[in-house]
Amino acid sequence: MNIAVLTKQVPDLVEGVEIDSTGKAVDPDSIRYILSESDDHALEEALLLKERAQARVEVFSLETGEVRDSLCAALAKGADRVVLIRTGQDTPPSNHAAAKIFASVLQGLSFDLILTGVRAIDDLDGSLGGLLAGYLNLPYVGLVRKVEMTNGTAMAVVQKEFPGGYAAEMEVKLPAVLGIQAAEQPPRYVPVSRLRQVMKAAKVEEQEAALPATEALEVERLFKPEEGAGATMLSGTPEEIARQVVSLLSDRRLVR
Amino acid sequence: MGLVQVPPIPAAPGPLFPELARAEENFRKCIQCGVCSGSCPMGEAMDYSPRKAVKMLLEGRFNEVVESNTPWLCVSCHTCAVRCPSKLEISDGLFPALRAAVVAEGKALDQDLQKALQNTYLYGNPMGNSPKKRADWAKTAGVPVPVISQLKRPVDVLWIVECYPSFEPRGQEISKLLARILNALGVDFAILGHEERCLGDCEWLAGERGLFEMLIERNIEILNKYKFREIIMTDPHSYRTLRNIYPALGGRYNVQPVVAFLAERLDQLKPLLKKKLNATITYHDSCCLGRKTSHYEEPRMLLQAIPGIKLVEMIQNRESSLCCGGGASTIYLDRYIQERVKDRLADRRIMQATATGAEVMAVACPFEPARFEDAVKMTGHEGKLVVRDIIELLAESMELV
Repeated sequence: MNIAVLTKQVPDLVEGVEIDSTGKAVDPDSIRYILSESDDHALEEALLLKERAQARVEVFSLETGEVRDSLCAALAKGADRVVLIRTGQDTPPSNHAAAKIFASVLQGLSFDLILTGVRAIDDLDGSLGGLLAGYLNLPYVGLVRKVEMTNGTAMAVVQKEFPGGYAAEMEVKLPAVLGIQAAEQPPRYVPVSRLRQVMKAAKVEEQEAALPATEALEVERLFKPEEGAGATMLSGTPEEIARQVVSLLSDRRLVR
Repeated sequence: MGLVQVPPIPAAPGPLFPELARAEENFRKCIQCGVCSGSCPMGEAMDYSPRKAVKMLLEGRFNEVVESNTPWLCVSCHTCAVRCPSKLEISDGLFPALRAAVVAEGKALDQDLQKALQNTYLYGNPMGNSPKKRADWAKTAGVPVPVISQLKRPVDVLWIVECYPSFEPRGQEISKLLARILNALGVDFAILGHEERCLGDCEWLAGERGLFEMLIERNIEILNKYKFREIIMTDPHSYRTLRNIYPALGGRYNVQPVVAFLAERLDQLKPLLKKKLNATITYHDSCCLGRKTSHYEEPRMLLQAIPGIKLVEMIQNRESSLCCGGGASTIYLDRYIQERVKDRLADRRIMQATATGAEVMAVACPFEPARFEDAVKMTGHEGKLVVRDIIELLAESMELV
């Protein structure tokens, strides 16, 4: 079985993000990039499938920031091949562009499963998996939290999350694209010594891809959440604040 | 009590057991007397007590030991090692080797520990704070806290603040007070600011050798950029590591803990200790200042110099002090340990402190105010006992608060 994992990097919020002088984009100098969290889960799910069904796992990532580090981490965790896709642009493209890029890279390759994180913090629209499946003419299931192979590599049973704590189990014909919400277990730890060995020795394969022209939304204004707006700040001793919280909740009949 | 000898760090991680094989060499000297197990405050909760674990390893039963809870319950209090008649390095030799075997194998780690290790790899501190914010506490110290890279001249004293005193709220308050004390004493000091990273004690003892090596390389590179006469440290764990482990890896520095540095200046300090504190105080010997580096008297000298203080001792003090239960990365394993241990060590220690009749438990380790304050609440002693760092008590008596 062959599994492709599609990953991208997103700004690391721990390091803080600044808005550039145009007021419409993030200042690239303020950012350090890390692997998108749900892509990390997609990789973990692929590695679990590899352990259960001897799959081959190939990771593809768009060229952004410290992408080599996260591709080396994928190799250290057990991926069989990693590919860096060079588009000549080192900021993350829109999901529409990313879907076209990944489609052009995957076209003609044979994968039974294509896994990607269901969404990323930089766009939150969760559209990459669906768009890619459309371009590749494959079925798509998003918000997946468990994947099990049935009937060899012809079918998979996946668990998809719904609001309100519900989940559905559904069969999907392979090959298919899955948007991973969370892997069955938290992403595994890579011992730093192994990671550093891989970083020294591994060759990250590179592939060129053209940046496609896509329709995109135009950003009018990018701004940080305005602190305090729409909020009532409580003050006093912890006991006084606790009493105020209780009366606010009971006034709204949220507690009895 | 001599200095702790720690096995050298391997250049590269091997398969599962070479480290244990090396430990095995030493552990052939074990006479199976069981002093380690009898002394271990966590031994009862371990699947295999230290003596049993050594026996099993010598019998080749590696997997059973590595997969048990034993490697993760050691708090590295070092009581076993100081009492071992064969002088075996149990808590800082065997246990990190067991953990290193688990880590090198890529076995699943406790999630809280994994997060702390990942954060330390990415940001140089286990809390996952931005390294850029490391010296933010200094902005409100009320006295100048120079950053060495900005001074552009040699300093007398380089103060390595370390993670908890840089980021944890109570630790930050204590750091500000120490800055004021150093200022009042006219010490020419500076900090590393955003260049400072974790020194790696918890990471080493957690078995993350690769991360420890990475931190050592970076820290030595940074420290070697600057000129200073000596280093002082707020965190006894890091102090022990910098003093005892770094030299073998090329990092040789004149280093001492803050309490020893201040005790050396007692004559200068005494006239500044003006305010009477009128309290009965008991001092908790932390493992890293006590058993691991033998700084038993300096903290007591400082406390006794404060007017109005009556110092009383807990039943377990100095070499036999009871650990707070947070060493060797177990500070990140609180949940794991709580599921397996009936009485937390911090709770047991607070019971000992209250039995002395003291109103204040004095500490000199940045892990401890939060751990013991929690234990004060958990054991129902809120309002009866307060936990205070020696720095807080000195600053109060010096009227710097």
